[in-house]
Amino acid sequence: MNRPGPVPTVLTYLWLGIAAVVLLFPVLLTVLGGFLPSNALLHQPPQLFDGDWTLENYRAAWRQPVVPLAPAFVNSLFVGLSVMLGHLITSCLAAYALVFMRSPLRRPIFWLFLATIMVPYESIVVPNALFIRSLGINDSRLSLILPFLATGFGVFMLRQAFAQFPRELREAAVIDGCGHLRFLVTILLPASRPALIGIAVWSFLQGWNMYFWPLIISSSNNSLNTLQTAVFALKDNEGGSPAVLLAGITITLVPTLLLVIFGQRWLVRGFTAGAVK
Amino acid sequence: MTAPTLLAASPAARTDRPPGRARRAATPARARETALGLLFALPGLAGLGIFVIFPLFQAIYLATRGNDILGNPTRSVGLAHFQELLTPEFGTVLWQTLVFTVLVVVPGVLLPLALAAPMTQRLPGMRIFRTAFALPFAYSVSAASVVWLIMLNPGISPVNWALGLIGVPAPNWTTEPGWAMATVVGVTVWMVSGFNLLVLAAGLAGVDEEVLEAARMDGATGPRQFVSIVLPMISPSLFFAVVTTTLAALQALGQVQIMTDGGPNGHTRTLVYSIFDNAFHNNNSNFGLASAQGLVLLVIGVLIAVVQFGVLERRVHYR
Repeated sequence: MNRPGPVPTVLTYLWLGIAAVVLLFPVLLTVLGGFLPSNALLHQPPQLFDGDWTLENYRAAWRQPVVPLAPAFVNSLFVGLSVMLGHLITSCLAAYALVFMRSPLRRPIFWLFLATIMVPYESIVVPNALFIRSLGINDSRLSLILPFLATGFGVFMLRQAFAQFPRELREAAVIDGCGHLRFLVTILLPASRPALIGIAVWSFLQGWNMYFWPLIISSSNNSLNTLQTAVFALKDNEGGSPAVLLAGITITLVPTLLLVIFGQRWLVRGFTAGAVK
Repeated sequence: MTAPTLLAASPAARTDRPPGRARRAATPARARETALGLLFALPGLAGLGIFVIFPLFQAIYLATRGNDILGNPTRSVGLAHFQELLTPEFGTVLWQTLVFTVLVVVPGVLLPLALAAPMTQRLPGMRIFRTAFALPFAYSVSAASVVWLIMLNPGISPVNWALGLIGVPAPNWTTEPGWAMATVVGVTVWMVSGFNLLVLAAGLAGVDEEVLEAARMDGATGPRQFVSIVLPMISPSLFFAVVTTTLAALQALGQVQIMTDGGPNGHTRTLVYSIFDNAFHNNNSNFGLASAQGLVLLVIGVLIAVVQFGVLERRVHYR
């Protein structure tokens, strides 16, 4: 669009500026609040730029004994990375079969994958929880990830990406004696990197931010807390100091803030490949 | 070898083969490829089969059962759980779910649009604004809910302070019946806006300059240009934002559970919260009723998808 005149320019900055102050104040409070002594925070409005910054709240949040954050951090990382790997492996293989392997089962299998996208997770959480309990693994980390290793959405997105790969190149590779697995790993995957990174970022966020499932699976076992359930538990137990609570929340936010700042391009491209173009 | 020479080689290689032999070889090769395709799809099919498709049938079974004291489904109760879904209490739950969803989707898409549209102007700093506005997307539900509880905590609240400046007394955000729903809605809008902004900004970046230029020469400016040209051109992104936000709102649990716990007096009780409450809250363990409500959620989700894809998507303009 054209460079606007001075009046629209001022109005644009004014509108965006006001919106930024309102919408980003909670972010500012989260990150700065953790560095402030509690009494600076308990002012109205909180004295965010008080100057007396301290690391004490972070130390207190990390070391507080009620809801230990270190194991929760490990659990969250484990869930995020496992879900990401699981999604990538199952989706790549399935999408490859759907695009490149001639089979009468191709259509029904594709519709089956699509149908699973339609099922809200909350509709099946009860049977899943009972099933995991009946397996006797509800005290292990495995129970945190087992239901989430495959995704219809990932299959769908990767199918779209793989379908754009030129058929002729694929045929040429086969004539050169390239098998399915080798073609997938050495040619197709490198060529589909943007879609893969997009799905990887999305999947990691899915796992990292999961709340409902860890809440019901880890309720009887503190060592299975992820950071997301730990924040909730911390809120109830650390009623005294909001500064410590904010420090704890900032710890849970570090990986996702980095992903949003540096990975947004991939995320949007991967997510909206079908929607935008 | 370059691609064109490979391409030239491929039809030749095919015609060289005697047709009879190729056909005989084709059947076992086909069977092999079918089996291999199934093998490749198997990890995904197994994962989704065990943890999505099978549980659906189990949910139907569970919905007709009552539990013993340990939570094991034992006796059949027929359709009793479904009868409980015909009560006024459950009607209220459905109504509140609908209100919540509509109140989240409309501002949750319009607000990011109102931010992303001015950002398409060639002005310095727009990229920084876009990243900044996307930051709430980094928040998990629990992080966002707890931060907003602190934001609205009467002892600290910058929101109450700002309201005080203009002489408006602040309500009890999470404990007053009229305000609790508005509070949870507001926090959810804040959460979904970040991602929707990224989606809409990406859509707006793809708007064709030449078409806009042509429209400008025809005398279309400002709002007219936005409504008749830009909106249709970004309709795929808009549609995507509406669909994903609807699903996110319909399935919202954490913000309700953390901020109001369904209260006060059930005023923020939504369908998903009700499922959680019946099955897992306070060892309620009413798995049958929760499963029946889960099936209602499934039906609503499918209906919404049918409406959105059947009706709305027809108006989406794909290039």
